[in-house]
Amino acid sequence: MALHVTSSDKDFRHMKAINTDIVKKTNLPKVKKQAIKLSENVIKKKQKANRFFLAVGEFYLFFWLTTKATFSRHFEFKEFLRQCFLVGNKTLPLITITGLVIGLVLTIQSRPILADFGATSLLPGMIALSIVREMGPVVTALICAGKIGSGMGAELGSMRVSEQIDAMEVSSIKPIRFLVVPRVLAATLMIPILVLYADALGILGSWAGANIKGDVTFILFFTQAFSAIGFMDFLPAVIKTFFFGAAIGFIGCFKGYTAGRGTESVGKAANESVVLASLFVIVIDLIAVQITDML
Amino acid sequence: MEKEINIAAPTGADSATASPEKVIDITNLTIGFNNVPVLRDFTVQLFEKENLVILGKSGSGKSVLIKCIVRLLNPDSGTINVLGENVNELNDRDLAEMRKKIGFLFQSGALYDSMTIRENLEFPLRRIKKGLSRKQIDEKIVEALENVGLSDTLHKMPSDLSGGMRKRASLARTIVVDPMIMLYDEPTTGLDPITSDEISSLINEVQKKYKTSSIIITHDIECARATADRMIMLNEGEVYLEGTIDEFESSQDEMIQSFFKMNNVSSRSNE
Repeated sequence: MALHVTSSDKDFRHMKAINTDIVKKTNLPKVKKQAIKLSENVIKKKQKANRFFLAVGEFYLFFWLTTKATFSRHFEFKEFLRQCFLVGNKTLPLITITGLVIGLVLTIQSRPILADFGATSLLPGMIALSIVREMGPVVTALICAGKIGSGMGAELGSMRVSEQIDAMEVSSIKPIRFLVVPRVLAATLMIPILVLYADALGILGSWAGANIKGDVTFILFFTQAFSAIGFMDFLPAVIKTFFFGAAIGFIGCFKGYTAGRGTESVGKAANESVVLASLFVIVIDLIAVQITDML
Repeated sequence: MEKEINIAAPTGADSATASPEKVIDITNLTIGFNNVPVLRDFTVQLFEKENLVILGKSGSGKSVLIKCIVRLLNPDSGTINVLGENVNELNDRDLAEMRKKIGFLFQSGALYDSMTIRENLEFPLRRIKKGLSRKQIDEKIVEALENVGLSDTLHKMPSDLSGGMRKRASLARTIVVDPMIMLYDEPTTGLDPITSDEISSLINEVQKKYKTSSIIITHDIECARATADRMIMLNEGEVYLEGTIDEFESSQDEMIQSFFKMNNVSSRSNE
C-alpha cells in the first residue's frame, strides 16, 4: 500500500517565480498584476485543500486496512504479547513516579483549602475521585502519547526509511497485520491497565501527602477514599482509557507507516505522533465527559 | 535515442534450450512522479536462468523498474508479465503468491533490526513455506547462511554485522525461500572492492545453485562484468544500449565510454 501525498509544490514555486518575474519586468496594469496575485493565491489554497483531503483519505484508508487486518483470521499473537510487554515495560517507571507525585501534589495543594472550611475529612474522597475520574486517565494517556506514540512513530518511520516495510511486502507478509495491528491492540489493552496502576499509586501518594501534616491511618484513608467512589465514577473512566490507548497506538503507527523516505521524516513522524495523539486524548476526554454527564 | 543491439538469446541461458522461456516480459512501461517521467515506453525481457544487468546513472529509473515488477510501485501505463501473469491485474492473493516466487535484495539490505539473523530468515520462511517442520526450518536456515558464508552469525543482531555481512545476510534471507527470480537493487553499492567482488561471486553462485533468473541493478561496472549475461544501459528512462559486456566495452558511443572510464577511475581509486 503506497500512502504518500504527491504535491506539486515544485511546480507552484516555479510558476510563482515566473509570475513574479513577469510582474517585475513588464509594465502590466495594476488590475492585471492583482489578477496574477489572485490566481497564485487560488492555486495555493487549492493545493492546501488537496493536501488536506489527501491526508484525510490516507487516514481513513489506513484505518480501514487496520480494522480489516484486526479481524482477519491470521493474528500475530506472539508479536502482540511482545508489544504488550514493551508498552507496559517502557512506561512503568514513568507511570509509577507520575502516579505517586500526582496524588501527593493534589493532596498538598487541596489540604489548606479544605482545612479553611473544616472539611479535611473529605480530602481522601475528593482526591480519589479526581484521580480516578480525570487525573489518572488523562495524565497517564498523555505520558503514553509521549512515550509510546513517539516510539511507534519513530520505529515504523525508520522501518519505512530503511525499506524494511517494503521488504515485508515483497516477502508476501502484510506489514499492517504484523506491525500495526499488534501495536494498536497492545496500546489499547495496556493503557487501561497502566491507568489503573497509576490510580492506585495516586491514592497511595495522596495518603503519603495527608500524613505530612496530619496523621491518618492507611485503612481509614483508603476506606474514606473508596467510599466516595461509585461504580459510575469508575466505569466511564476505565472505558475511555481503551479509546485513549487505541488512539495513541493508531496515530503512532499511522504517522510512522506513512513517513516519507528521508531520515528527517523519522523525527517528523515521531514528533507528529506525540502532538496528534495528545490532541486526540484531550478531544476523546472531552467527548467522554460530555457523554458521562448526560448519563 | 535508442541504439539497440539485438541479441537472439542470452549467453548465460542453457545452451541446450532452443528458445529460452521469458520469465519477465515488460512492454511499453511508463511511469513518472509529479508529472516528471522516469521510465518511458520501456520494453525488456528476462529469460530463464539469465543474469540481466541494468546500468545507468542515478535517477535513470533503475530501482523504479524493479519496484514496478513486484508492484511496490504502480506504472502509469504498459504491461509487466511475470511468469506469464500480468502483475498489474493480479488481486491481492495472487500478487502475494507471485511475490513468493521473487527474491528482492534491497540496496540497504533491509534486515529487520529488531530480530536476530536467524529470526530474519525464519520470519519469511515460516510464512511462505508453510508446513515445514522445526527441523526442516533449521536446516534451511543453516544451509542458506552457509551458502553466503555467514554460518556463525545465527544469533547475532543486524547491528553487530558489517555492511558486507548485512548484504550477505539479506541475500540469505532472500534465497532461503527458494525464489525463481532474483531482483538485486545495487548489490555492491557502499562496499569496498573486495567485498563487492564477493557479492558478485555470490550472485553467480546463487544463480547456479538455485537456477534463478536475475535482474541486477547497478552502476558498478566490475559487478556488471562479473555477473552479466546481457546488459542494458538506461538513460533518461529509455533503453540507451543493449548488448553483452564485450559489446559495451567496444562501443564507440561517448556516453558509454565515459561511463566505463569514470567507473574504472573510481574502482582504481578505491583499490
